[in-house]
Amino acid sequence: MEPVTRNRRWEISAPELRTRYLRQPLPFCPGCGHGIFANAFLRAADAISLDLNRTVFVSGIGCGAWVPSPHFLADTLHVTHGRAIAFATGVKLTRPDLEVVVISGDGDLTTIGGNHLIHAARRNLPLKVFCLNNWLFGMTGGQVSATTPRGTLTATTPVGNPDRGFDLVRLMRGAGAPYVARWPVAKAAQMQRGIQNALREPSFAFVEILSTCPTQYGQVNRESLDDDAVSLAAALIAWQEENCIPRQRAGKDNSTAKIVIGEWREGDEP
Amino acid sequence: MSGNEACAEGALAAGCRFYAGYPITPSSEIMVRMAHRLPEVDGVFVQMEDEIASLSAVIGASWAGTKSMTATSGPGFSLMMENLGYALMTETPCVLVDVQRAGPSTGQASRPAQGDVMQARWGTHGAPEIIALVPWSSQEMYDLTVRAFNLAERFRVPVILLADEIVGHLRETVVIPSHVECYLRARWPQDSPFGAASDDEIPPMPAFGEGARLMVTGSTHDEKGLRRAVDPQIQEQLVRRLSGKLLAHRQEIEAWQAYHVEKIDRLVIAYGSVARSALWAVDEARQRGQSVGLLRLIGVWPFPDELIARLAQGCREVVVPEMNLGQVAREVQRCVSVPVASLSQVDGELINPRRILRYLLEGNWNR
Repeated sequence: MEPVTRNRRWEISAPELRTRYLRQPLPFCPGCGHGIFANAFLRAADAISLDLNRTVFVSGIGCGAWVPSPHFLADTLHVTHGRAIAFATGVKLTRPDLEVVVISGDGDLTTIGGNHLIHAARRNLPLKVFCLNNWLFGMTGGQVSATTPRGTLTATTPVGNPDRGFDLVRLMRGAGAPYVARWPVAKAAQMQRGIQNALREPSFAFVEILSTCPTQYGQVNRESLDDDAVSLAAALIAWQEENCIPRQRAGKDNSTAKIVIGEWREGDEP
Repeated sequence: MSGNEACAEGALAAGCRFYAGYPITPSSEIMVRMAHRLPEVDGVFVQMEDEIASLSAVIGASWAGTKSMTATSGPGFSLMMENLGYALMTETPCVLVDVQRAGPSTGQASRPAQGDVMQARWGTHGAPEIIALVPWSSQEMYDLTVRAFNLAERFRVPVILLADEIVGHLRETVVIPSHVECYLRARWPQDSPFGAASDDEIPPMPAFGEGARLMVTGSTHDEKGLRRAVDPQIQEQLVRRLSGKLLAHRQEIEAWQAYHVEKIDRLVIAYGSVARSALWAVDEARQRGQSVGLLRLIGVWPFPDELIARLAQGCREVVVPEMNLGQVAREVQRCVSVPVASLSQVDGELINPRRILRYLLEGNWNR
């Protein structure tokens, strides 16, 4: 990965960003990581001069799906639960000249929609897929999802999740995705640079965004978070900073208990 | 050619340039034909991972500005119900062919049935009015596919072509017209793509990439497309308009063919492949002195209530042979005050015309 550099476009002011790219304010809870992602995404789009008049944002159901729909000033297609990638496939196949970007959550893309996700990676249509992973179903009240780590408390795993969560990077690489990345919202500048890279990819690109959900995840798991933090949101960000390790420092076999972040291209070592 | 092949040719003639599907007996010949033919006309074919994805891709392609379709049979039709509702809610023109087979569940994959009539009407939750056409020949697989695309574009709805295995696999001569009238989607103005002043009006539909900044959502939305998930007035207006726009034009949508229906004692109502058996039986019965006529439905939804009520006046009985447990017979009973005989057959075989004739002559439907 190229080093993070602060170019001039990063300096776009927040009011200017809102006027240029947002239809209305985002609706997320205080401390939600999705807002950090939306901010970084629009700054990334601005930095690479993404033409929003020629970009279609497709999203499914859940909090993550509300990032683009109806907030981004572009064509937005807000579809049935789990099917965003399948709808996006129809758009991209008939209008290959348009940029088609899927932004949705882990419940939508990896739990109910997991089949479409792996087939899209196999098909390698140049869709850009951003999965906002907050480790549970936020909008419906904090139920377990396919990415919830083992042992985690959720509304439907009151004594801890008995199952393992998907490692989305390994899942997508195994399914043949030529570009896979994972970034935590705690590293916003790095994440923005990563989003730019993904948007520039000529092939299918999958980016897992480790988001934070103080409202659902934070509340029920507060015991396991840092109780010195000023808020649940701050505790979740602190947790990410402590528990994520860049790929380059993770060792060749990624034998670490931490979450490995970075970019993986076809043919890369694990 | 076979009915399924005729369906594919009709779609191409109507301007269909995108097909997404998943293989299922007895509809697969449609997708195989499309896989060969679409590239010849610069169209796009894709085999998706399941029927849910297929209809998803079709709806996406339609919003990208391309006439699109899929085809399936019972099990796949069931999987498409949620996205059928999405297409109705977002007013997305597309064509969904269901070549009906014997169910429930896997049932008999290569055997005919008409068990999906009510599912077509009520299968998606919230079910607004819908258009479903019922072909009875290879020729109609061609003609009604063209008509399905035109109705879909005209009224901005998904249209269901409710075929059955017999019609799908039947090989007959099909006359391909030298010119096919195609309805062009109204695209402008783009300021309210989800609103209309009255049910007579169909909102215009811009495509993606035209700078319209479309907000397409399956959630309840206002005339601009903006999500309005808790406003009772907007919810009611939208639900009523989605049905109202079809009911306001039902004369234009309803289609049927009537045989000897003046001054008769008994009226037979049939549709799809069963109507072929019924027509032979009615002709034979008339030759043997019976006062009977046939109404063949070409469109089954919206249901032609008034037509049936009018034709049944003066009759002592209405007879409805069909390959299900009496789905259309019940609808007919709703429209008429005379007794309705439900000639129901669910053995996965076509209804033998002699069986209908025996009923008309002897009143006996037993085996």
